Amino acid sequence: MEAVIFYVLATVTVVSALCVVMLRRPIHNILFMIMTMIGLAALYILLHAEFVAMVQIVVYAGAVMVLFLFVIMLLNLEQMPFVDDPRAARWYGGIALAVAFIVLLLPAIKAYTTKTGAPCPLPLGSDGALSNTQVIARELFTTYLLPFEIASVLLLAAIIGAVIIARRKP
Amino acid sequence: MVTLHHYLLLSAILFSLGVIGVMFRRNLIVILMSLELMLNAVNLTFIAFSRYLGSIEGQVFALFIMVVAAAEVAVGLAIAVAIYRQSGTIDVNEIDLMKW
Repeated sequence: MEAVIFYVLATVTVVSALCVVMLRRPIHNILFMIMTMIGLAALYILLHAEFVAMVQIVVYAGAVMVLFLFVIMLLNLEQMPFVDDPRAARWYGGIALAVAFIVLLLPAIKAYTTKTGAPCPLPLGSDGALSNTQVIARELFTTYLLPFEIASVLLLAAIIGAVIIARRKP
Repeated sequence: MVTLHHYLLLSAILFSLGVIGVMFRRNLIVILMSLELMLNAVNLTFIAFSRYLGSIEGQVFALFIMVVAAAEVAVGLAIAVAIYRQSGTIDVNEIDLMKW
């Protein structure tokens, strides 16, 4: 049952990612990117990472993609003439190289074997005593407190930088 | 049974699609979106390892990757807006002022 769900979600995610990369109009790319984000969030829930899945939907599908939409609407990019992407021969060559890359990567992927191949029974409160949010919070606020604070400074710097760079010159 | 290899292969495919998008598209917005796709593929790798090796650090690091990706998208889009205002195009082949 889990395998069926995984294959369905994986197909949806890969097809959406293909549409993100291949389609011509930016609006279509953004909509399929939102679909990819939601597909990935569903995969995270399948991996028992509920908090990260919800953060993914709120941050990525809810904020980052909306920011992309704002920029496209602000710059009126839909009215721009389409740029020609490279000739078909380059696409085929590139896709062939990507397939070759994945094929070469397969032995490295196979090398990551856990002892039985099954997911490790979570020692993270696996009897349901602790939720995923509680376990992450416990680690984030004790062991990883310094990166957490640095992340907030990083966000502040990004906000200030984005406002300054996109400012209209008086 | 879904093993770790399934998730790693899916993540590799998503990452390759992101790289194809960055290399082959000329629209700056689509390049930024493919960059986000690459970061998400890495997030999937981290969370898959976190589940299959029983450690929570993978999910904590995935959260930090999300922070960095959001910050990078904000600044990247601000740069795209500035470029569009300056040169009227977001075709990356046209933005060649620094080419020698």
